[in-house]
Amino acid sequence: MNSGAAVFNGTPNLSSPADGRSSLLLSPHPYPGRLIAVEGIDGSGKSTQLMLLERWLRARGYPVIFTEWNSSRLVRRSMSRGKKKNLLTPTTFSLLHAVDFADRLTYQILPPLKAGMIVLADRYAFTAFARDVARGVHPEWVRAVYSFALRPDLTLYFRVPIEISLERLLAGRAKLKYHEAGMDVGLSADPAESFRLFQSRVLEIYDELTREFGLRMIDATGEIPEQQRMFREIVQSVVLRDYDRQRAKGNHV
Amino acid sequence: MSERIRGKTWYGHGLPYLSQKRLPGHLIAIEGTDGVGRSTQIDLLRPWLELEGYAVSNTGWTRSPLLSETINEAKAGHQLTVTTFSLLYAADFADRLEHEILPALQAGFIVIADRYMYTAFARNTVMGADPKWTRDVFGVALQPDLVLYLDIDVATLIPRVVQGKGMDHWESGMHLALGTDLFDSFQRYQTRLLEEYRRLASEFGFITIDARQPIDEVQAELRSHIMNYLRTADPARNGIDYDLK
Repeated sequence: MNSGAAVFNGTPNLSSPADGRSSLLLSPHPYPGRLIAVEGIDGSGKSTQLMLLERWLRARGYPVIFTEWNSSRLVRRSMSRGKKKNLLTPTTFSLLHAVDFADRLTYQILPPLKAGMIVLADRYAFTAFARDVARGVHPEWVRAVYSFALRPDLTLYFRVPIEISLERLLAGRAKLKYHEAGMDVGLSADPAESFRLFQSRVLEIYDELTREFGLRMIDATGEIPEQQRMFREIVQSVVLRDYDRQRAKGNHV
Repeated sequence: MSERIRGKTWYGHGLPYLSQKRLPGHLIAIEGTDGVGRSTQIDLLRPWLELEGYAVSNTGWTRSPLLSETINEAKAGHQLTVTTFSLLYAADFADRLEHEILPALQAGFIVIADRYMYTAFARNTVMGADPKWTRDVFGVALQPDLVLYLDIDVATLIPRVVQGKGMDHWESGMHLALGTDLFDSFQRYQTRLLEEYRRLASEFGFITIDARQPIDEVQAELRSHIMNYLRTADPARNGIDYDLK
């Protein structure tokens, strides 16, 4: 942990690992709240599942905060300018997402965790490890960039084959987005084919990350209610049981 | 950890997705704190180098088309942590590296960088970021061929800054909450920054130039170091007799 001696524009410094080689992602965070993240390729259904989980947690009276990848106001302009004019390289794409993440960690993730709330994150640093590496950045570099990211208490990986995710995405709208199809990587001029090639790489990396970081895998080809039932069961046993006990003891703020 | 790309070296992991290309140009970084006279000196170097027959390209901190607006906006209003700020600067740097610096080096230009990654190293350390982390993030950088560091002491710097554009909130380190007084804060922040620059100078082997001298004497020293470098630079880097294979 950082000494916190430096205060930047009145905002506390994010902690960075004392030994730069280690990462906060590798050990549990010290805060009374809980952090639950979902991961998976586009069209895996993870956002739907997280929304359903949020409804359930709220109905049961839990204090919940939701945060989504690439949603901070800070980088919105650079991101849309970069995407529109095709100015982004794998490295600037990665760093802009890291800026977004650092900003959300400061304002949307850390305060509720310190306040003992449950934070639900639609995508987390693992998204960068999968997508940015599929785009060509060095795997060690992107891990070092995100070494200030806290380890979630639970990360669910919604695993789905490419064809199913493609079907789901195209059922919802007319065409694939340029970056979601990985068109910037130049694997194929055909968006569907590019999506297959790019997302297959992403999928492969996610499988490796599952082992490296101990993500919990859910088969995302199943029916929505069935997946949700499993999701809630895992959340109950991995997160809520201990969290309830801690709250009963009055350890929360 | 560093890998060489045709006569140049990445600082860390570099940009693995780029194909190897000839980079016959020269990358010269001018480092030094704000108000030390970097831009004045660079303005004088360019016409001189052009007269000597070299094509010159300039690049400066936070001037990328992708990020400059966002950085200005962030400075104006948004409350940022040192981590967020460092990543913004790194994104700006990477954008300029890939869209300005590498193409110019490939075309055989001399690239004069008004500040380079060392500025981030110095500032981040003073602001309390983990130095190892900053260096990892800037692992995408290309190592400069020559780093010329304009050194000054705080006592000489203060009147220059006051007579120049004045003490600004950021260059005074007011964001570090070192004190409520702009002058005191400037003095403390710049003292720490200069200490850090000097440490980096010995670690990375910068050529240090005493910037307390008159402008033309600083310029003469810069030119003699640059000439010296260009004369002794590996002919391969000059783009002559290269592209083995």
